[in-house]
Amino acid sequence: MTGALSDKAAEAWPTEASVADDVLVRVDNLVKYFPVRGNGLVRRTVANVQAVDGVSLTIPRGKTLGLVGETGCGKSTLARCIAGLIPATSGKVYFEGKDITNLRRRAMQPFRREIQMIFQDPYGSLNPRRRVGAIIGDPFAVHKTASGNERKRAVQDLMERVGLNPEHFNRYPAEFSGGQRQRIGVARALALRPKLIICDEPVSALDVSIQAQVLNLLADLQADFGLSYLFIAHDLEVVRHVSDSVMVMYLGRVAESGSGGQVYTKPRHPYTNALLSAAPAADPDAAAARRRIILTGDVPSPIHPPSGCRFHPRCPKAQELCSEQEPPLEAKAGDPPAHLTACHFPVETGENLADAVSRRAR
Amino acid sequence: MSVTEIQFQTKGMESAPVQVIEGRSQWQLTWRRLRHDKMAIASIIVILLVCAAALIAPLVATWTGHPPNQPFPNTGTNAFGNPVGPGTHHFLLGTDNLGRDLLVRILYGARISLFVGLLTTAIAAVGGVSIGLVAGYFGGLIDTLLARFVDAVLSFPVIVTALALAAVFGASLQIVIGVIAFFSWAGIARIVRGQTLSLKEKEYIEAARSIGANPWRIMFVDILPNLLGPVLVLATLYIPTAVSFEATLSFLGIGIPLPTASWGNILNVANDYYQVAWWYVVFPAAALLMTTLAFNLLGDGIRDAMDPRTERIFAGSQAKRGRRRRTVSPEIAVAAEGS
Amino acid sequence: MNMLRFMIRRILSGLVVIWVVTSATFFLFFKAVPEAAVARNLAGKAASPAVLQQVAKNLGLNQPILVQYWHFLARLVHGNLGKSYYLQEPVTTVIKQDLPPTVSLVIGGVTLWLIVGLAVGILSATRARSIFDRISTAGVLAGVSAPTFVVGQLLLLIVFLPLSKTGFTWVSQTPASIGSGFGKWSGYFFLGWVTLAVVQAAVYTRLSRGSLLDTLGEDYIRTARSKGLSERRVLYRHALRSALTPVVSQLGVDLGALLGGVIVVEQVFGIQGLGFQTVQSIARGDTPVVLGFVVLATFFVVVANIVVDMLYGVLDPRVRIT
Repeated sequence: MTGALSDKAAEAWPTEASVADDVLVRVDNLVKYFPVRGNGLVRRTVANVQAVDGVSLTIPRGKTLGLVGETGCGKSTLARCIAGLIPATSGKVYFEGKDITNLRRRAMQPFRREIQMIFQDPYGSLNPRRRVGAIIGDPFAVHKTASGNERKRAVQDLMERVGLNPEHFNRYPAEFSGGQRQRIGVARALALRPKLIICDEPVSALDVSIQAQVLNLLADLQADFGLSYLFIAHDLEVVRHVSDSVMVMYLGRVAESGSGGQVYTKPRHPYTNALLSAAPAADPDAAAARRRIILTGDVPSPIHPPSGCRFHPRCPKAQELCSEQEPPLEAKAGDPPAHLTACHFPVETGENLADAVSRRAR
Repeated sequence: MSVTEIQFQTKGMESAPVQVIEGRSQWQLTWRRLRHDKMAIASIIVILLVCAAALIAPLVATWTGHPPNQPFPNTGTNAFGNPVGPGTHHFLLGTDNLGRDLLVRILYGARISLFVGLLTTAIAAVGGVSIGLVAGYFGGLIDTLLARFVDAVLSFPVIVTALALAAVFGASLQIVIGVIAFFSWAGIARIVRGQTLSLKEKEYIEAARSIGANPWRIMFVDILPNLLGPVLVLATLYIPTAVSFEATLSFLGIGIPLPTASWGNILNVANDYYQVAWWYVVFPAAALLMTTLAFNLLGDGIRDAMDPRTERIFAGSQAKRGRRRRTVSPEIAVAAEGS
Repeated sequence: MNMLRFMIRRILSGLVVIWVVTSATFFLFFKAVPEAAVARNLAGKAASPAVLQQVAKNLGLNQPILVQYWHFLARLVHGNLGKSYYLQEPVTTVIKQDLPPTVSLVIGGVTLWLIVGLAVGILSATRARSIFDRISTAGVLAGVSAPTFVVGQLLLLIVFLPLSKTGFTWVSQTPASIGSGFGKWSGYFFLGWVTLAVVQAAVYTRLSRGSLLDTLGEDYIRTARSKGLSERRVLYRHALRSALTPVVSQLGVDLGALLGGVIVVEQVFGIQGLGFQTVQSIARGDTPVVLGFVVLATFFVVVANIVVDMLYGVLDPRVRIT
């Protein structure tokens, strides 16, 4: 692949992989470091917070990629790099084959119609001093696609679409509940009929009963408009419900990725196993039968990540190789080619990690 | 014609016009709370009285027959050439050292004070908000330069500079307005900058950026509405500072030049006569104190009305001796209607 | 180590501020006072052009502005503030003569306002909503609104005049320095102190009351109380420290504004201090004295701000880390 392309070029030579019409977004080895400045008079950079350290992914058209990981693993940072809200340190982001990495605001503008975001905090993501009609109408105003009565009708139409009463056009966000506010956020994101919506933990702040409503809304919209989602969450059950493919991140790197069915039925990475064991199971018998895998050790800091495999200090299966060599992300023996794992000693079927944890503790 | 437009055209023809329910804005809620604050209402009344006084000044001048700048040495000064007291010879509040009617001069002084106070605050507010917004939002080099400039202005010894400028250009109304405005905007800019720095990190600003809004739109459509509340309080509290400042400059002889009446320059001369003419000091001082006090109370009142959580000593009808009125705020009531 | 770097940074920026302010004043006055006016004022209105030229030359006024500026800076670095045009004395001498009354005024005023302001503020906060609190709040509102000179004049009218008539002579208008004894000295300056203090005390009362009330509502105070500590101990050892931080910042700002207050008070009471001298010098166009005052004043403000910042660092350890 040619690397000699200028960042400013809005058009990049499409490569073989992205020529295929069904790949909407492709991310190549994205890296994002945040510099930590020292205390001296001059303030040099003394270290880096390695928030995202080499992540690649693809999102096909009309499909949902679920991105899971614990707090601090870099998933929100990754999302913002893809959306162009944070500049990437290195790596590339391709949208419909075009290179959109680190474009300047004006060059990025047409892509903003295609890529939208829904935020986590229903209370913080809406401007409390503006009426919701104005908030939802913002995209129309910014991109000059509709104005006046036309815009008003479009906004009311959107409100209806997401399940809000269009008569509340002139109300303020404070007058809505959390679930309704998320719907407002969804309406805003939907306004210009984007192709990709990045959902950054859209239901984490909501009550469980409301979560289901919003998730169903998102699913309906995907069916109606052929949307693609990058769905970020820390709750595996939520992700399972909505995703076609899943990616598990740990401390800035990908631990495991594959289709939903592959990762959930046969998780290979010890971290994935631990996550799945911690998720509450609806079936009480299954819950009783399952044994919790409890991870030991401290959560390491992204400024000084562990050597080799980043998970090794907490991994029940860790051996010397794990602290020396970083495991490559590849399909393990017996797995379909789309199911990638980054582990030297992946979990085999029937292996009981809970025992491994207790063995180590002794 | 884009797909979007086609869709909406057909939709528009089918649906009937939709009723729109107005939400209650921050201002309406604030005003409702303010109405119940007795102190605030009292201060609004006082301010209106001062405005009225300023307006009717010419009327009073003609009614008493005493123009503001005209001395009446025969009826207005006593045998020693000193001012006469209130009630003598139709001088309702007495006279000044030249035998001019004190009441009329005080009323005309109200014009100066209000004009200077309001105009300088308006200029300072517009200037300060703009610079604070730009510095806070853009950050980086622009912010460093502007912030240092603001710091420098705030470090200037104000009165000395005012004295110097007056010495250079001579005392005049324009100089007074210029000086006060110049030193006021920096304080507002600093606060606005601080607010902008924190507002800029809010998620809805990130959302605006993700839609593709340009920085100017974000500053004036998204950030500014959130600033207006604090800026209004700040401006209302700056007005008495400006009035005070003008009075001080006039007192020092470098403000409004005589014979134009300003409360400050009246008191300047009064300083030499206080032993024989108490009214010469008391009435202009009372006018000044009343005005500044009223604006300060109003500013406090607005601040409390905007943020009802703050504790108030002289609360209005709501907090009578510990008994709290149990009302559900309108926001919660609406939200409870349905999710 | 952090403290040292912090100090260096503050001192550097302080020097820059002094330089900027004095230079700005210099150029302002250069524009303001053309040499002809100064020369004429000195030599008399009837002087011939030749004499005027000579006077101007003596004072170094006919050199290009940048040369004069350079001389000014060079002298400044050596601590030499030049020579007054009118008083025929080095500016430093003039300042030394006029400094004592101003210093008396400032020290007394600042002490008074801090003591009264903090005391009333703390008492109001600990007795929130009591009669005391309500009265003090009313007083605060009045005090905050009044321009300083009005307070001074009212004090003269309401306090000094009646007292002088009854023969109570402690409060007097006859100048006295500290050398004349504490009684005479404080009697002369007393009204000036009160004038300076009234407005400021009001501000500090409100500030300390609000800040202390906020702090007393914090959880860690509740913990201290539940440990069984006496209220007094809770107050003095725990609450006061963090409640005082806004007061300290405000002090930094106010020390800058003090100059204006000093000038005003000296005018009202006729105290022949630096402020008085400055007003006269500006009227006469005696630039060196004015510049000397500005340098001194700015220097004082910068030093005071650095001290205040360090005090802030002592009170709030979080600041030291940044």
